[in-house]
Amino acid sequence: MEWLVASAVAAMSAAGVYLTLSARTFTVVIGLTLMTYATNLFLFTTGRLAINQPDIIVDLSQPHADPIPQALVLTAIVISFGMTAVILAMAVRGYFESEGDHVDLLGQVAAEAARVEETEFATAESRQAAAGPSPAGSEERP
Amino acid sequence: MSLLLIILLPFLGSVLPALMIRSSRNACAVAAGSVNTLALALLLTQIPAVLRGETPRADWNWIPRLGLDVGLYVDGWGLLFAGLILGIGLLVVIYARFYLSAADAMGNFYTYLLLFQGAMVGIVLSNNVLLMLIFWELTSLSSFLLIGFWGHTPAGRQGARMALAVTGLGGLALIGGMLMIGRIAGSFDWTDILASGDLIRESPHYSWALGLVLIGCFSKSAQFPLHFWLPHAMAAPTPVSAYLHSATMVKAGIFLLARSWPVLSGTPQWFYVVTSVGLATMVLGACIALFQDDLKGLLAYSTISHLGLMTMLLGLSTASAVVACVLHLINHAAFKAALFMNTGIVDHETGTRDVRRLGGLIGLMPVTATLGIVAAASMAGLPPLGGFLSKELMLEETAHTRFLASSWLLPALATFAAIASFGYSLRYVTRIFFGPPRDDYPRPPHDPPGGLGLAPFVLVAVAVLLGLFPESFAGTPVRVASAAVIGGPVPEFHLALWHGWTPPVWMSIIAVLGGTFAVAWHGGLAEVWGRIPKPQAKPLFDASILRLTSGSRRLAEGLHNGSLQRYLFVMIATGWLAGLVAFIRHDFAIGTRPVLPVNPVILVGWVLLIAACVLVVVIRHERLLALIVVNVIGLIASLLFIYLSAPDLALTQISVEVVTLILMLLALYFLPKQSLEELSTFARTRNAILAGLVGLGAGGLTWATMTRDFESLSEFYWREALPRSGGANVVNVILVDFRGFDTFGEIMVLGIAALIIFALLDGMLRGPVQGKLASWSSGERYSPSRHPLVMVVVTRLMLPLSLMVSAFIFMRGHNLPGGGFIAALVVSIALIMQYMASGFGWAAKQVRVDYHALIGGGALIAGATGIAAMVLDLPFLTSGFRHFHLPVIGDFELSSAMAFDLGVFLTVVGGVMLALAQLSYLGESTNREAVNEEPMDYRPGASTQPSRSTRREV
Repeated sequence: MEWLVASAVAAMSAAGVYLTLSARTFTVVIGLTLMTYATNLFLFTTGRLAINQPDIIVDLSQPHADPIPQALVLTAIVISFGMTAVILAMAVRGYFESEGDHVDLLGQVAAEAARVEETEFATAESRQAAAGPSPAGSEERP
Repeated sequence: MSLLLIILLPFLGSVLPALMIRSSRNACAVAAGSVNTLALALLLTQIPAVLRGETPRADWNWIPRLGLDVGLYVDGWGLLFAGLILGIGLLVVIYARFYLSAADAMGNFYTYLLLFQGAMVGIVLSNNVLLMLIFWELTSLSSFLLIGFWGHTPAGRQGARMALAVTGLGGLALIGGMLMIGRIAGSFDWTDILASGDLIRESPHYSWALGLVLIGCFSKSAQFPLHFWLPHAMAAPTPVSAYLHSATMVKAGIFLLARSWPVLSGTPQWFYVVTSVGLATMVLGACIALFQDDLKGLLAYSTISHLGLMTMLLGLSTASAVVACVLHLINHAAFKAALFMNTGIVDHETGTRDVRRLGGLIGLMPVTATLGIVAAASMAGLPPLGGFLSKELMLEETAHTRFLASSWLLPALATFAAIASFGYSLRYVTRIFFGPPRDDYPRPPHDPPGGLGLAPFVLVAVAVLLGLFPESFAGTPVRVASAAVIGGPVPEFHLALWHGWTPPVWMSIIAVLGGTFAVAWHGGLAEVWGRIPKPQAKPLFDASILRLTSGSRRLAEGLHNGSLQRYLFVMIATGWLAGLVAFIRHDFAIGTRPVLPVNPVILVGWVLLIAACVLVVVIRHERLLALIVVNVIGLIASLLFIYLSAPDLALTQISVEVVTLILMLLALYFLPKQSLEELSTFARTRNAILAGLVGLGAGGLTWATMTRDFESLSEFYWREALPRSGGANVVNVILVDFRGFDTFGEIMVLGIAALIIFALLDGMLRGPVQGKLASWSSGERYSPSRHPLVMVVVTRLMLPLSLMVSAFIFMRGHNLPGGGFIAALVVSIALIMQYMASGFGWAAKQVRVDYHALIGGGALIAGATGIAAMVLDLPFLTSGFRHFHLPVIGDFELSSAMAFDLGVFLTVVGGVMLALAQLSYLGESTNREAVNEEPMDYRPGASTQPSRSTRREV
């Protein structure tokens, strides 16, 4: 049984990582969902596997399932739903803002950098030009 | 308390001018002046105590663990400085009222000025070093605002930036140095630090601490080679220059040098570094000032030179030099502030402050000329004025100090500086007030109205009185302040204009003669000066700033290039490698815990799951299909949870699965439904290898975990759940009771996530995206029967049932599988079904609850149960429970944890519904066919009518 669970975690995380590394937003979200399953299942297994055991107190002395990982995973499931929803909202907004659902911003970043660089140099030049007739900066006057 | 008030008054009062400017400029100035006067009056009440030799103190704890306390004290040195700050501050307030034109934002000006004043007083009255450092930074910030007051001029902006960069960096160094000193002394109180001078001087870290402190002081006091920011700060309005750059802020460095003098001075490092830097600054500043044509530039370099003089005196490490420094500090504050104000008047009345365009003003502005001449004479060090006294004392000190194994080097250089000092003072006077009267002034010059002339008049009067009656006017302040600086007995001295034919008198005579010749031959000298190559500070500064910014941008963009694929690859690979390193560094043995048998049904599920994982990778470009396959995996996971004795998880997983599916479908509506492969074979192979490695790692880790025995805290929870919380469902008890605070955080995260989604999607309904959204169409064909009768009827029948099931799950959660999370998800699904079956338009109209309020209300309820415990003097979120008996219904239990779970329930419902409803609302804004406000396409009872559809107004 342990082998089955471990290989299921392996398969889900491998598929999840592969899809997460792809180039389009929706596929990345699907990959993240798969990784969430794998992570939750792994967290769950830290309490070891228990088959047909109660997680409700019926008899204190009876063997039982470990409640802590269950509590952890329960909130993890809800929170990962919240995060998936946020990423999806970002994907939708990004798609409408940028004419595409590609995850990389290579073009935009380069364009932005060029724009900033340009203005920076322009100000530097105007600064040098302004330094001449500056009322105070007489030290620099040739 | 009154000590704290002295500091707080300017800060609190700084809002007044900004408010009063609405009534009038006079009211604004009066408000600023009143605050200033009040603070000054409070300071004056401290004088008797200080004269008695006491140091009034005030202490409040702030952050004791960091050693940061509001510790204030006033000794002679602090009193003198605070008096200068508040006294000259008052004069500057009066002067600025008449100096600033109607176009200037006077309210802002006085607000900045008072902020600066408060910070400055804070520096000099702080006993706690950390507190002093905070005020130190505040002076840098407020002076940035003041220097850049005329932000519309490039010179103002650049000067302010440069001053902030230099003094800010110096401030950082100072923090480092002061922290080291505090660590060595074991306390951050000046009183303790001053008592442990030997300890600090003998510490192996002394040189480092000294260097850092000196960088801070030198940058603030414009000492060579960090002096270059001061001339550029002259772009500020003249009142600011008079206040910050002559009388107060630049002297903060001198203040601190003197304050730490008993601790740091007396070592060779101190002597050589401080004396040399001061000397170099004094000589260079004076020389440059001699060749300035801009009056404020001249005064700026003169200020640098005089600051160098004071630094040098402190560097000499003798008590008598300290006395000279203190006296010169008072003198300089008087005559330099007066000269700045005088220059401001000349500039104000003639429209220029270029000496080449000035001359002969003595006939046109006799009062201004008289004040200017007297103040300049004090600066030149002529008797019978204050400047003469302190210059003589300074020359006297240099005359018997051996510097670099030479007895003549220091006096010679000091005399040289005095020559230049006399020269530029003489030039200031002759070029403005004497010479032929000119008629080409931009404005016809005349003496200013009384208000503008008052402040310089007072300062000049002080300068004269200091010279004529030195012992009665300066004797006591100098003795008290020097005693505080030296921390011991003050050497005997007598302040008088004439001490006989001592060496300083001869040095002064040389200075007067040399200075006169320098002015007489100024043209030739200026030509020679112009030929000497001099490094240009501003281009160097600009170039280095530019290099720094472009370098950091290149670095940032190289690492952070906008490729999510790259980030994720690097992050995942790094995580994997970290795991590998940990794995290699420890021994590994196969686990020994016995494994469980395999159930054939589970084997079928496993095969399905593995197949689905492979399938989803293969069909990833058919997104709808991939989504469904992913949900199959989720369903198998929930089945697995049931099999592995985790019914709570199974319930949560299956309900989240439904909600997630709906959410993804809604999102997919807006996104492309298919995609093409665009990764290269290399990238795909690379990703596949990483994915395989991660899979191996995760699987291996899971297997290794499961095949080992372990110790767990679980037994504690298992044992205590019933007695302490009265619940049999331990998972739920952990969530809402034992670890309730964690859950409280979780629902906060969920609520915030929902609000983020709302903000993200709501932002699409305005701005440029709105147009795009309005003309957007999914391009797909959907079923014409959008609200099938059967679905509408069934979902409506199901709604009360679902709500009841939800209530049931909620109520039993404490003892049986269920609870707030699951109940909330069930309710959400039931509600979403209404949206899906009957359409957004109809469903939204039926909802009378604001989902935002639901999130907030849930958080409040959960928080309130926690606070209720605090009211009963128990820790936050302590729970209580009680069993009740009702007839008919029987025994039941009420627990405060249930109220908490209700908060969880409401927040989760609100969060989920807000996200989903907002996403579906977005669809309303797209270019699609009209949305119904009726629940069904088909209206029973009006069967022949087509459905009444109206376009929803957005």
